[in-house]
Amino acid sequence: MRRVYLDYAATTPVRREVFEAMVPYLTEKFGNPSSVHWFGREIRKDVDEARERVAEALNASPQEIYFTSGGTESDNMAILGTAAALRNKGRHVITSAVEHHAALDACLSLEKQGYRVTVLPVDKYGMVDPADLEAAIAEDTILVSIMHANNEVGTIQPIKELAAIARKHGVLFHTDAVQTIGAIPVDVRELGVDLLSLSGHKIYGPKGIGALYVRKGVRLSNIAFGGAQERKLRPGTENVAGIMGLATAVELAVAEQQETYEKLVVLRDKLIDGLTAVPDVKLNGHPQQRLPGNVNVSVERVEGESLILSLDMAGIAVSSGSACTSGSLEPSHVLMAMGLDHQSAHGSLRLTLGKGTSAEDIDHVLSVFPGVVQRLRDMSPLRKSGEE
Amino acid sequence: MYSEKVMDHFQNPRNVGEIADADGVGEVGNLRCGDIMRISIKVKDNVIEDIKFRTFGCGAAIATSSMITELVKGKTLEEAEEISNRHVAEALGGLPPVKMHCSNLAADALKAAIADYKKRTQQHGG
Ligand SMILES: Cc1ncc(COP(=O)(O)O)c(C=O)c1O
Ligand code: FES
Repeated sequence: MRRVYLDYAATTPVRREVFEAMVPYLTEKFGNPSSVHWFGREIRKDVDEARERVAEALNASPQEIYFTSGGTESDNMAILGTAAALRNKGRHVITSAVEHHAALDACLSLEKQGYRVTVLPVDKYGMVDPADLEAAIAEDTILVSIMHANNEVGTIQPIKELAAIARKHGVLFHTDAVQTIGAIPVDVRELGVDLLSLSGHKIYGPKGIGALYVRKGVRLSNIAFGGAQERKLRPGTENVAGIMGLATAVELAVAEQQETYEKLVVLRDKLIDGLTAVPDVKLNGHPQQRLPGNVNVSVERVEGESLILSLDMAGIAVSSGSACTSGSLEPSHVLMAMGLDHQSAHGSLRLTLGKGTSAEDIDHVLSVFPGVVQRLRDMSPLRKSGEE
Repeated sequence: MYSEKVMDHFQNPRNVGEIADADGVGEVGNLRCGDIMRISIKVKDNVIEDIKFRTFGCGAAIATSSMITELVKGKTLEEAEEISNRHVAEALGGLPPVKMHCSNLAADALKAAIADYKKRTQQHGG
């Protein structure tokens, strides 16, 4: 059976170049970068060099890059770290309703510590309105955290414009760029952001490694305690192999970004056209301001988990924002924030494309999809008005 | 995450559809995740002669609907009423803990269909 992986937004395989960059640090180059002896000193040099490479790819300086354990930790450090550092300046934080839980829940956790949190709404495409941000900024606002592009529906936010508004008011701006590195241009100076999160495993790097960009002059408090690693901001012996892998992954992702974009957009649009040709299948997310590898549709009168299982049986791996797949039994907060009704969120399907995706894969999905939908609709008690 | 039995019932659900001249119909919604199930029954001499279901829901919801139709076909109404969501889950070789609530849907839809049948016959009989 043909196996088709269309869940690259969930995670990606480690690419060969990355793997090879990591191997020496899992074997002979095992030293601890904090050691004084030559065994450690040598590794310290390599870690510093990796930092330079990540910085260069993002148009940052090496001192502005901190290695973390991934996107989740980067988001938490950025949000909780600035909130703590600026607690005497103000206690108001602004975020959006479609953030990844790593950012949204970090912001909301501040409420328990007496901060005010404003969650900006989004339009039906999942887009934040810059005017809403402008209106939400108050005297005591210290941080705005809005993601570069959404992991579920692929909508790209107008970060440059949003960051400029924050800057005008002297408010720090953080963006979660976990889904955008290698997909669209990410240049920290061009975007004008103060903090930016990224993760290794979404860009053909290893899991459990990420980075946080912190613009020079921005003060953060450490949220974990320990040694002096990462200038005390992220204590703990470095994940050296992960760092070496991340540097290669970021470097290659950025170098190949345009090529990746052009290849994926064609496949993405073919997939969107094919899926939405099935009656009552609608695209979620922005039609243009959209990640090149993201497709998200709602299949009316069908539940998402049963769709995933059916496609899985045909060898196709995808995901859904259905309540039945969430563990919490709540439908996706992203789709709900976009104003979808419960049933449409329930029947949502996310297919995300990546390096391994071919035109044949898309053809395979499009040949299987209509039959799967028909079978489940025949089983569904929900009927289109006018149907039997 | 699902047992082979669940996947079998999901892939090849038994008794899908609707009985045109049903004697009782039960439709219930799952309050937790918003799924819907409808069961229709045909009763003769106090025995469930035929039963069909339609489900909008997850794999577990579809499999439990399918399984419950198999379990009660040919049973008396009293026997059918005895069937709980636990029985259905057990017959399927177990369900993941987060999916136990889905089996309530099937048991509740069956109970609702039987209640509907009783209401109808009482009205006719009375
Ligand atoms: C937008 C976004 N932010 C953060 C994360 C979390 O990243 P990580 O898995 O590296 O912790 C993810 C991945 O699930 C994501 O898509
Ligand atoms: S019916 Fe929704 S989780 Fe099973």
